[in-house]
Amino acid sequence: MIPVLLIVIPLVTGFASFLINNGKGAKALSLLSSVITLVLALVAVYSLGSKDLLNYDAAWIPALGSRFSLSMDGMAKMLCLLTAVSLPLVLTATYKNNYSNPGSFYGLMLLMQAGLMGVFLSSDALLFYFFWELALIPAYFLASIWGGEKRIAVTFKFFIYTFVGSLLMLTGILYLHFKTLHGASFAIQDFYHVKLTHHQQFYCFWLFFIAFAIKMPIFPFHTWQPDAYEQSPTAVTMILSGVMVKMGLYGVIRWLLPIFPQAVLKFDHLVIVLSVIGMLYASLIAIRQDDLKRLIAYSSIAHIGLMCAAIFSNQQAGMTGVMVQMFNHGVNVIGLWIVADAIEQQLGTRKFSELGGLAQKAPGLAILLVVMMLANIALPLTNAFAGEFLMFNGLFRYNMWMAAIAGVSIILAAVYSLNMVQKIFYGKTVAATEHAVDAAFNIKFSLVLLVIVILVLGVYPQPVIKLTEDSVQAVLAKIISIKVQ
Amino acid sequence: MGQMNNLVYLVPLFPLLGFLVNGLFRNQLSKGLIGIIGSGSILLSFGVSIALFLQVKSGGAIPVHSLFTFIDVSPTFKIDFAFQVDQLSSLFLLVITGVGFLIHVYSTSYMHDEEVPHFARYFAYLNLFVFSMLLLVLGANYVIMFIGWEGVGLCSYLLIGFWFKNDNYNYAAKKAFIMNRIGDLGFLLAVFWLFEKLGTVNYSDVFANTNKLTQADITGITLLLFVGATGKSAQIPLYTWLPDAMAGPTPVSALIHAATMVTAGIYMIARSNILYTLAPFTQAVVAIIGLATAIFAASIALQQNDIKKVLAYSTVSQLGYMFLGLGVGSYTGAVFHVMTHAFFKACLFLGAGSVIHAMSGEQDIRKMGGLSKYMPITRITFLISCIAIAGIPPFAGFFSKDQILAAAKEVNPFFYYIGVGGALLTAFYMFRLYTMTFVGKFRGTHDQEHHLHESPMAITFPLIVLAILAAAGGLLGIPEAFAKNANWLESFLAPIFDGSTKLQKVHPSEGSNEIVLMAVTSVIIIAVSVWAYVKFKDYQTNEEEPTGFARILANKWYVDEIYDAVFVKPINAFAGFLKNVVEKSGIDGIVNGVGRLVQYSSRQMRLLQSGMVGSYILFMVLSIVVLFLIFWNQIQIVEFLQKVF
Repeated sequence: MIPVLLIVIPLVTGFASFLINNGKGAKALSLLSSVITLVLALVAVYSLGSKDLLNYDAAWIPALGSRFSLSMDGMAKMLCLLTAVSLPLVLTATYKNNYSNPGSFYGLMLLMQAGLMGVFLSSDALLFYFFWELALIPAYFLASIWGGEKRIAVTFKFFIYTFVGSLLMLTGILYLHFKTLHGASFAIQDFYHVKLTHHQQFYCFWLFFIAFAIKMPIFPFHTWQPDAYEQSPTAVTMILSGVMVKMGLYGVIRWLLPIFPQAVLKFDHLVIVLSVIGMLYASLIAIRQDDLKRLIAYSSIAHIGLMCAAIFSNQQAGMTGVMVQMFNHGVNVIGLWIVADAIEQQLGTRKFSELGGLAQKAPGLAILLVVMMLANIALPLTNAFAGEFLMFNGLFRYNMWMAAIAGVSIILAAVYSLNMVQKIFYGKTVAATEHAVDAAFNIKFSLVLLVIVILVLGVYPQPVIKLTEDSVQAVLAKIISIKVQ
Repeated sequence: MGQMNNLVYLVPLFPLLGFLVNGLFRNQLSKGLIGIIGSGSILLSFGVSIALFLQVKSGGAIPVHSLFTFIDVSPTFKIDFAFQVDQLSSLFLLVITGVGFLIHVYSTSYMHDEEVPHFARYFAYLNLFVFSMLLLVLGANYVIMFIGWEGVGLCSYLLIGFWFKNDNYNYAAKKAFIMNRIGDLGFLLAVFWLFEKLGTVNYSDVFANTNKLTQADITGITLLLFVGATGKSAQIPLYTWLPDAMAGPTPVSALIHAATMVTAGIYMIARSNILYTLAPFTQAVVAIIGLATAIFAASIALQQNDIKKVLAYSTVSQLGYMFLGLGVGSYTGAVFHVMTHAFFKACLFLGAGSVIHAMSGEQDIRKMGGLSKYMPITRITFLISCIAIAGIPPFAGFFSKDQILAAAKEVNPFFYYIGVGGALLTAFYMFRLYTMTFVGKFRGTHDQEHHLHESPMAITFPLIVLAILAAAGGLLGIPEAFAKNANWLESFLAPIFDGSTKLQKVHPSEGSNEIVLMAVTSVIIIAVSVWAYVKFKDYQTNEEEPTGFARILANKWYVDEIYDAVFVKPINAFAGFLKNVVEKSGIDGIVNGVGRLVQYSSRQMRLLQSGMVGSYILFMVLSIVVLFLIFWNQIQIVEFLQKVF
């Protein structure tokens, strides 16, 4: 029952929000809804109540053999929790931002959350596809209506790009559908047991992989992302980069690996090479950015590249690291965006060349950003360390040289992250920062919450590892059985 | 025993609490309280460290103590947050907390002009620094060591850039962190390697299972770990951050150079001694890099005029000696030199701070001179430390350096001669520094002269304690040549280096010969020291730039410039090329191109929509044929079409 509620609550409140015209009401409603969702997600994570509460199955489109079936294993729990955590945080941190037509804005945010939840919960391929699009479409409208100057062109590109991926995936889903027993099922379990020749696997692999690769995104499918992050309202960017990119990673682990294990073992090298190139490439570009938002975007691409490489290394440590890092990357990148938004809202710029000396005026924000920055470079005892450590470990087991080359990105990450802090906060004040004040309470409050998560999971990462253990085992079992053959 | 076991976690806990309290309540506390919390927490740790040391001394290593499971992925991938207190770590605990405490006390006076929140921030960072260093030496596996390893990197970054309004300081801070990170990558890869081959990173398990590693594994792992050490302990090629690190407040330099951080690399290799003993190739690399660094840095120190820069290069040089010791298998000698160096280098840096304060911030020794009159305590402690670092008997540096050089001689006489050459350089630049600062006539302004004064108790007290240790610290390791079995340190650390000792060839020590050699080198060192004294005692201010070779030395062999030209600029340019050309015109260009192509062709295709049914059917058939050709062996497409139509 819980999975249904996780989807239905944001869905219903989302639609209700469209009817509200005043900003305060819409904000309050969405905040309330997101907090309830968060509580439910926590209940699910701690598995209070019986196991039946975590699964749901009902008829949906019987004519096509598609069912409304949802289930929650460790990975789903973790990602639902991330989705549930991020919305209230984002709403709190951007509480003072005002949007035209607030009812629609918050309504779309909630619909996007419903879509994301659905993606992580579906165990029916058609349902998965449905939610996949449900998450994309609100994001498109949010960015194209409330975004920056270049929003129309940028969001159009974002939409077309990801939509092309979606269509490829749909083709793949339909193909597999007909390949199931009697050609009548979309159930994930039936997909897992589809018998495909090697050639069929190889074709289908790419149909799915390109969809996921665009979504993550990995090099060279990434160019929509920095533009989209830059042009979207920051609240939307937070969800896009904190949660939505996880859809791609999730898709790979949930769908791609178990359905096409042979193809995965055939193309793993190629994907890992692309990912590692992407890590270095994005890190190098991040060094030269003058725009805070674009720096975070490229930094995020580099981090996602590592996750993708670790997935395709097919090692237990690496896969566990991906699980840990999917959550923590979400937390950290949202924190960075909150700081970016706080700076932009107050000072009207996010260009490094126009900033400086802010630490003197906003010491609180400075300290919080430094912690975020440290988490971004995976310093030990911050949350990202365990994940990156495990992922690099997995990559090392796959190929030592690949790990060594990819490892250069941790040096580059230090370069651009320290640059960022220095250019915004250190040095003498400049025109833009001369009369700056420290961040407002709501911003500091959400950042402090994130910092607590960063430090707690940094010192004690076991909870996330334990939570997702079952998913890691399941996905690796499949790959290993193929390897043995 | 069980009780002591439970006390171990207190050692890092006190500094952590100090960090939290001073950090969180920086606006509420008074300076006095901040100082008491900051120094007191380290004093408490020092107390516990003494208790632990006594425990180890009488009862041997304390069993490994696990606080909690840090990461547990599978039985072959489990990392405990565990602490190990044995002979090696208990000694380091004493040095870190002992010298660290003195530096904290000193700081209460030195940093007194800072505003309260910054004063608190300073002590919070300082405590965090000590905390990280304690984790580093307490860890019972390489991952916990790595936590401390990166932690000290962070703290050095925070403290070097403490005065964050100054952009040069920020660059120095950033440089320190990035140089360290380069080394850290090597360390990390070594840890992965160990995990892959052994399924564990616990010291005890790793050292007990070295037989499961091939020679290539051991050489690779030790070399990668050494890469980490060159970053943290400022060796060629990653040493350039350390001299710049003096941008931080002077007590911080004392902390980085003496008690913490740079000794991490030595500790790590001493800890992993069995791996290094099994990897002769790596040992040779370590010895040669160490020796090269020792000479190279000493040559630069000859021509520096900034009191802190001379000391900074002398640290790099002395660290080189320690690595030479590790490379030639004299692990005890290296640890011994870490300890004596901690005493005299902390004393020298704190003395330099005392001088800088008296000189109202002036750091150029060309503008000093004759300070002994005004600052007798600073002067005498500084002098004692100079004698100690120069290696003049019977002060501490003599014994530790001698132990390293004696071991080097056994391995390769050239190491010995070059090492002694470096010691002569050390004596020269240190006495140049001492003489130009304290002897002769004052060369500063009248204002400065008027202001000259001896520093208060909080500053002179640590100086006195450290000077006593610098003078007497050598007693910990009396050479075999003087008296049989008098080397206390050697026997105390024996359990740690046991495995290596068994593998090393035992050379019969040539007692009388060694004493003669020692006497000769000592006389030469004293002669050089006196020469430096005579040469600089009547030094006249000379603003002329040095020429020829001296100029190369004054410019530090242009290494920073070379790094900038070879690495920094090309990488930046390449990154710019990626950003402006590859990303924009290349990849995104292709993406947009595809978009435009689609648009264009759909405009053309629109013409196909002629409304003539015949042409539609033609295209449909053609498409079906194409599709069929693509999927010709896949009968499913037919089923698919059947369903669709």
